[in-house]
Amino acid sequence: MTPPRKLSLKQKYGAYTRGLDWDPTYQKADDIFPFAKYEGIKIHDWDAWEDPFKLTMDAYWKFQAEKERKLYAVIDSMAQNNGQLGITDARYLNAVKLFIQGVTPLEYQAHRHFAHLARHLPGAGLRVAAQMQSIDELRHCQTQIHTISHYNKYFDGIHDFTHMHDRLWYLSVPKSFFDDATSAGPFEFMTAISFAFEYVLTNLLFVPFMSGAAYNGDMATVTFGFSAQSDESRHMTLGLEAVRFLLEQDEANVPIVQGWIDKWFWRGYRLLSLVGMMMDYMLPKKVMSWGEAWETYYEQAGGALFADLARYGIREPKYADVAKAEKGHMTHQAWGVFYNYTHAAGMHTWDIDEAHMAWLREKYPDTFAQHYEPRYRKWREQAEEGKRFYNDGLPQLCQVCQIPMAFTEVGDPNTISFRVSEHGGDKFHTCSDGCKDIFDHEPEKYAQAWLPVHQIFQGNCGGATLPEVLDWYHINQGADNMDYAGSPEEEQWNRWMEGRRPAFPVAAE
Amino acid sequence: MATASLQPGYTGPVRDRVENFHGAQLVYVHWEEHLNFCSAITLPLPPQTPFAALTGEILPSLYAVDPEWADVDLSRARWMLDGADWTPDPALSLADQGVGHKSLIRFWTGPSATA
Repeated sequence: MTPPRKLSLKQKYGAYTRGLDWDPTYQKADDIFPFAKYEGIKIHDWDAWEDPFKLTMDAYWKFQAEKERKLYAVIDSMAQNNGQLGITDARYLNAVKLFIQGVTPLEYQAHRHFAHLARHLPGAGLRVAAQMQSIDELRHCQTQIHTISHYNKYFDGIHDFTHMHDRLWYLSVPKSFFDDATSAGPFEFMTAISFAFEYVLTNLLFVPFMSGAAYNGDMATVTFGFSAQSDESRHMTLGLEAVRFLLEQDEANVPIVQGWIDKWFWRGYRLLSLVGMMMDYMLPKKVMSWGEAWETYYEQAGGALFADLARYGIREPKYADVAKAEKGHMTHQAWGVFYNYTHAAGMHTWDIDEAHMAWLREKYPDTFAQHYEPRYRKWREQAEEGKRFYNDGLPQLCQVCQIPMAFTEVGDPNTISFRVSEHGGDKFHTCSDGCKDIFDHEPEKYAQAWLPVHQIFQGNCGGATLPEVLDWYHINQGADNMDYAGSPEEEQWNRWMEGRRPAFPVAAE
Repeated sequence: MATASLQPGYTGPVRDRVENFHGAQLVYVHWEEHLNFCSAITLPLPPQTPFAALTGEILPSLYAVDPEWADVDLSRARWMLDGADWTPDPALSLADQGVGHKSLIRFWTGPSATA
């Protein structure tokens, strides 16, 4: 039989994916895929997996190369035209710092773990999808670094983000989130990252950062966002299809997957408190409030999704009601943490001015004026007396999400929500019922947590004094940290803006 | 419930065992109703630290940056230790009155202290 000259797209996809697979004969499949069964997930027919995109590797390269060409043209143009002068205000850069310190290293982690799945998932279709996603994530990591490297020439806190990611107290929040996922089995990882994070919560990560960039004149980051967008929609679809596949394969998978959805919804929601804070506090020109974003992207879109999954026996994530009830408080409490500890952070915080307060009152009519505005006014008074408030004690951290335990009881915003579990004769403190449930389900895992504050007190972080610890963090003290007011960055920005004013009055004025 | 693992009975190192703190134990303190201090504060303290040293030296070193601290009378504060009401004895050490590794001490100083 002569093979046809040219394969149809479908044939090509078949040849390039399933056609590369074979049934092992001299090794047992269980030995080749050691991670496939221990989580208790039952798969009866790997061939039932339908790749929603049917993308082949040759088409993938072509498509990505085109996007790269566009992105790098914009990056070059930004470098040649002093694009850093086009942003709304130097304070905006703190959102970018949080992004490169907190999110970019996660892209790299995702690259590594999808490569692991591309080796270890027993189904050829899923392996190919994981392989492409692995390459996507590496590309995202690289393009983010290239895009943001322009700002590194002019602004502080960006110079050593991978080092900081591994050591700083607030960056242990995203780091431990991803470590939790990559140390889980392949199906929990997919439910955690592909479904709960990339499908259910991704709009709350990417839309705020990319729209925030667009609103604040950061064209480089916007272009990166566009370049990643088509990848993200592929990842989202993979997440949804993967979860559907697990649910359709065996009824016994349903309670396991539900447990993972509950856990990773809460893990993702807690992680997003950093993003929500960025939206409500760090963007000089605001996009929307965290409360509005949560309503649009979770309560409405997520509500429809879980209504659809109900036919498999899946319900809405546990504690979604808590996230809803907290939405008027969460970002203010997170900003409070950063304001308390800006002397130990690789970014700035600042006084909330009157226009910003008015916006917060409008967006949070039930909570802001009563609970948070008085706190900010007190801090402002102290700053005006030359005693800018910094907290000299190190915070108690949640054993699971690793965020300082600043979140309050639902319905009681004056009382911190303290939870505690006993395991092996020790106490373990958590910030919420959501985090406590996660600890209690797998205490052997979370008892190992590398909590930055406890590590300092064990003597593992460069020394016993704050300057020694900050050196160990690679924080350039007096530039990367402390309040924006009085920072070298503020001084530089004001000088730039002053330099752009005409030296003589012009007719139009 | 046990962690799902390739090796049944999996356990790992507990990083924050008291032995790792060079003779100290961790104690968390929280001044209630003063959320300008965003969360409870972690302290590494020798178990034999007298309670009077906590109230006389350690707490003021943390909280005096708040102008309200000047008016606080800790002898009239209300205390909780690990979730239960607590009447600390200033003469005794922390260990001698039930403060263990990773204990949480909460205290109220305002009108609600006497409520």
